[in-house]
Parts: sequence; C-alpha cells; structure tokens
Amino acid sequence: MSAIGLDDIEGTIGVPLYEEVGEFPVEQGYIWTTCSSVENGNPLFWDPDVAEEVTNGPIAPPTMVSVWFRPHHWAPNRTTTGLPLQVHFDLKEGLDLPEAVMSDNTIVFHEPVRPGDRLVTHQILRSVSDEKTTKLGTGRFWVIDVEYHNQRGDLVAVESYTGFGYRRGSQEVGA
Amino acid sequence: MTAPTLLHSQVAVGDELPELAYPVSATTIVLGALAARDWRPMHHDKDFAVNRNGTQDIFINTPNLAAWFERYLTDWTGPFGRLQRVTFRMLGSIFPGDTMVFRGAVTEVGVDATGCAWAALDISVSVDGDTKTTCAARVALPITADDNPWDRRGDRWTP
Repeated sequence: MSAIGLDDIEGTIGVPLYEEVGEFPVEQGYIWTTCSSVENGNPLFWDPDVAEEVTNGPIAPPTMVSVWFRPHHWAPNRTTTGLPLQVHFDLKEGLDLPEAVMSDNTIVFHEPVRPGDRLVTHQILRSVSDEKTTKLGTGRFWVIDVEYHNQRGDLVAVESYTGFGYRRGSQEVGA
Repeated sequence: MTAPTLLHSQVAVGDELPELAYPVSATTIVLGALAARDWRPMHHDKDFAVNRNGTQDIFINTPNLAAWFERYLTDWTGPFGRLQRVTFRMLGSIFPGDTMVFRGAVTEVGVDATGCAWAALDISVSVDGDTKTTCAARVALPITADDNPWDRRGDRWTP
C-alpha cells in the first residue's frame, strides 16, 4: 500500500494492511524507561517477586502496547524512514493534507504483554469523513484500528485512533 | 504476600481520586516521546513545532499521555487493578512550563457476566483549569482479597 487517495478509500476500508512482526522483542529496558518517564512506581514493573505473584511473571504496562511496533528511526539497508501508523501517513499523502493531529485514541486490553514477546500487528482503516473545517484548518477525520497479537496468536490489544489531516488556512493545495 | 490495596467493595460512584499535579519541562516531553519510540519532531524540536505545526512549543505525545493516565489510575488501584479499556480525547496540548493536573472520579461500578468486577472512571488532565485531555477508563478490581483480575484469560476476560 502507499498513498491512499479519495478513489482508494472505499476499497481500503476494513482491509488489514501492513501486517508486520515487531522489529524487536518486548524488552525490560523500555518498560523501565517508560515507567521512569511518568514516575510510575507500580511494583508490577519494578519488583520481580510482586510480578511473579500477581501476574505470573513480569509484564509490560498495558498502555505501552503501541511502543513495540514503532520502527527504529534508522536501520541498515532501509531506504525510507520508518513511520508509525503508516495508514495515517498514507492518508495524509493521498489526500494531500500536510498536517495532522490525533484527536481520539481508544485501547482495549486483552492478554498481558511480557518481556520477550514478539508482537504482530496490522492496521485497518475504518472510516474517512467528508471535508470539515476546524480551528486548525480544513481537512478530514479518519479512524484507524491497530490490532496486536503475540507470537502465540493471543490477541493482546486493539487500538483505535481518530486522526485529523488538514491544511492550514494559508497553505495551498499541492504546496 | 502482596495484598490488594483496593477492593471493588471499597469503591462507589462519585468517589474522587487524589489529585496529581506535575510540572512539565521540555525534558518531560522529550523523555516521554523517546520512551514511546515516537521520533516525530514536534515532540522534541521546538522550531519544527512552532513553524511547521503552528503550536507554541513541543508538546506531550499521545502514547506518553496514555502512560501518564495509566500511572494515575494504578496509583489508585495498586498492582491488582487491571486496565480493561481507555478512551482518550485530546482537546489541547501540554507544553513545557505547564503544570498538568490529573483528576478523576468513579462514574459506574459493576460485575460482568463472567464475575469480573470493574469500575468506570472519568479522568482528565488540565492546565490552569483548561482540560487538555479526557480519559474514560474501565479497570477490573478484585472482589475479595484472594481474587485477582490478572488470573482471567480467554472467555473469563471480556474487557
């Protein structure tokens, strides 16, 4: 898949795209870095005895689920920069909307994610709105689901994003 | 032996969570973005944020805000609280120099068909009284001291 233009939307909605295995296994270092960034002292993530007792071993904070599939900023032999939520960027490109923000984000949590897991994801475009004008500019809202499974095939989470791709007032089409 | 710090029977609609106030710096935002592996420049490059995005400065990214909400919720529930679902609505951005304030209240409690007890909450983060993001969350809680929501799998976990 690449740019998703107006003519592509109908045939794209509901189709799993960009199925991929995470570039690296879930790892403890990122768990600690994330907990540190928000000063999360939950002993599940810091005390192995508590983790063993409560969650049958260490787990990752559930809200980290999207972290495990964001590509490295650079990798050898890669010719393009990796982007998270590629469908979002495909829509920006195809609809020629240079700016975008995320407005809504829902995550439903299933099986816990554990260090060593290798997650598999795919993205599904659910909807694209008619053109709207907000205080940011004129553009379209879209909803993208990201489904995550672990290497055993267990569903671990479903994440839904609402994005708004837009053109600021002074920007011309194609600029 | 770890004991649950919050049982479902101790929670009622209208209960308010303790307020959490946190002064946000550029470090808060950059650390959070990199922890979330979000390399987009509006979360670390002020020039890009101002001149390309039209925002006043770099701002906290959504995945890191999710981590903040999770921390706020599990500060209240303790380790036996198991998140079922969260829905965020972003209304405004949080910038360096802001003091963000988290508040939350219980909106509903219940027990599902599998016997899993839960509480629903409305949480918000605000700056100077302006709500920046809201979070509707549902979290599973132990019914008794020997109940553990994390033991639930398959058909016994319906988030």
